[in-house]
Amino acid sequence: MRYLPHTHEEIASMLSVVGASSLDDLFSAVPRSCRRTRDMNLPEPLSEWALNRHMGELAKTVAVPPEATMYVGAGSYEHYIPQVVPYLLSRSEFVTSYTPYQPEMSQGTLQAVYEYQSLSARLLGMDVSNASMYDGASALAEAILMAIRITRKRKVALSGLIHPHFRKVAETYLGPAEYEIVELPYLRDGRTDLSMLGNIDDLAALAVQSPNFFGVIEDLKETAQRAHDQGALFITAFTEPLAYGILKSPGSLGADIVCGEGQSLGIPQSFGGPGLGIFATRINHVRNMPGRLVGKTVDAQGRQGFVLTLATREQHIRREKATSNICTNNSLCAVAATMYMACLGASGIRELSQLNHDKAEYLKSNLRNAGCKIPFDSPAFNEFVVDMGPGYEKNYARLLEKKIVAGLPLESYYPELKHHYLFCVTETKSKEEMDLLMKEIASGLF
Amino acid sequence: MKEIGELVLPDDLRYADDHEWAKPENDKMTIGVSDYAQDQLGDIVFVELPEIGATFGKGAQFGTVESVKAVAELYMPLGGEVLSINKLLEESPELLNKAPYREGWIIQVRPSDPSELNTLMTKEAYLQMLKGLKQ
Repeated sequence: MRYLPHTHEEIASMLSVVGASSLDDLFSAVPRSCRRTRDMNLPEPLSEWALNRHMGELAKTVAVPPEATMYVGAGSYEHYIPQVVPYLLSRSEFVTSYTPYQPEMSQGTLQAVYEYQSLSARLLGMDVSNASMYDGASALAEAILMAIRITRKRKVALSGLIHPHFRKVAETYLGPAEYEIVELPYLRDGRTDLSMLGNIDDLAALAVQSPNFFGVIEDLKETAQRAHDQGALFITAFTEPLAYGILKSPGSLGADIVCGEGQSLGIPQSFGGPGLGIFATRINHVRNMPGRLVGKTVDAQGRQGFVLTLATREQHIRREKATSNICTNNSLCAVAATMYMACLGASGIRELSQLNHDKAEYLKSNLRNAGCKIPFDSPAFNEFVVDMGPGYEKNYARLLEKKIVAGLPLESYYPELKHHYLFCVTETKSKEEMDLLMKEIASGLF
Repeated sequence: MKEIGELVLPDDLRYADDHEWAKPENDKMTIGVSDYAQDQLGDIVFVELPEIGATFGKGAQFGTVESVKAVAELYMPLGGEVLSINKLLEESPELLNKAPYREGWIIQVRPSDPSELNTLMTKEAYLQMLKGLKQ
């Protein structure tokens, strides 16, 4: 079903039916003090080419690949997007589709979302995925609320190695409520320190991210066990779902809820959004799951069909007792992820995942050989932390002028990590680019 | 939907404002929802039951009933400890529609204050309340 805006004629004809002379007349019930009386302070409209140039000038002020060589991930990853994804995605049936409340009008959208759910659930090793949420951060916050609902407990333990922005969003969600967040420190090997877990009573959930913010792979099996021993649910968050192409899925290691950011799966980095909140759980928790859900069924003649299902969890039916006040999904981004995963296939995702890991290991070993310290030397995926030593700031600025973004300084997120940088290498980086980076770094060292 | 005259309301039960019924048997109390409640909800597809051993006060929510068009909370008609739950409802929630007073019972409790039964309505009082709702 397409979404089409109303024309002036349609608006005029509707106004005449309800007996209003104008839109202002229609809204006359809104108190005068709540209405804006002045015009909005907007610049004059630009011609298409002037606007294009303006946007181009704006784009030049940020480092954008491929003009800039990015060695930064930290929640937003540069991956190659096969042309088939934007081509199929640009079809108006996907781009302008409205909420598929009427299944007889929306089989295409519903089937695409159903396939998204099936592929996400399989990648994460879970029983059921919802139709997606806004982004990884809000998906984590919703996962925490869901665990609190199920366990009826009021404390949650969050790993300090969950993406700092995700933790901020979780605090925003839980802050005004009577729930308590306990942040777990990290160990010298770059994994979450679970030792204080036993001292926390009334624990609803334990959440870790894997690969975590330092790029390190957490021991999910052991962590799940620790959570379950205390009667808490185990939440696995992620920012880089491609890692599960070669890693064991969180579901197979005991996660009760898996949630995270799906931007890696065929969605452009843009200016940090829109993202894709992936959210999956076990079937026994499905009635407590937030968000929209598409199910497969048969019609009166026995033909396959798709519908929104278990809608009684949602706000339009359950009001204040709904599982979430988010009753929409990021459909277009979810459809992009579906196309991306389907086009790579299981073996393609595995190969791509391996490539990310191997390239990151190449740069890591070169940096180590050049004398840089790798402080958290545990198994990692496509990101790792490097102690670049004092004085690297100058080198970093010099590289930036050459359009090379050589790592993310960690000090503003972790004040104790002075001179520490988070590096990311995806499949988009060639050996030549990495060798050039090494040469540039070495020339700055001496 | 049923007319008032079509509703089945047994004489030996007591009824709550929220359409639960309670039936005393020795020192135990069986609890379910009335014919009116199941008829209003329509086809019931899921019943969320409490844990055995849980204690709830009168009026506390102890579960939910989900039909194809709505979800309703279940409230304790009187306070007590849950002694048993109707496990059959997990697989066959439609029992609530078919036999709300027999196979469709929901929980059995040990009342914390058996005299609370007197705060509930008789069949006649409940019928009067329903007539008021229908108008």
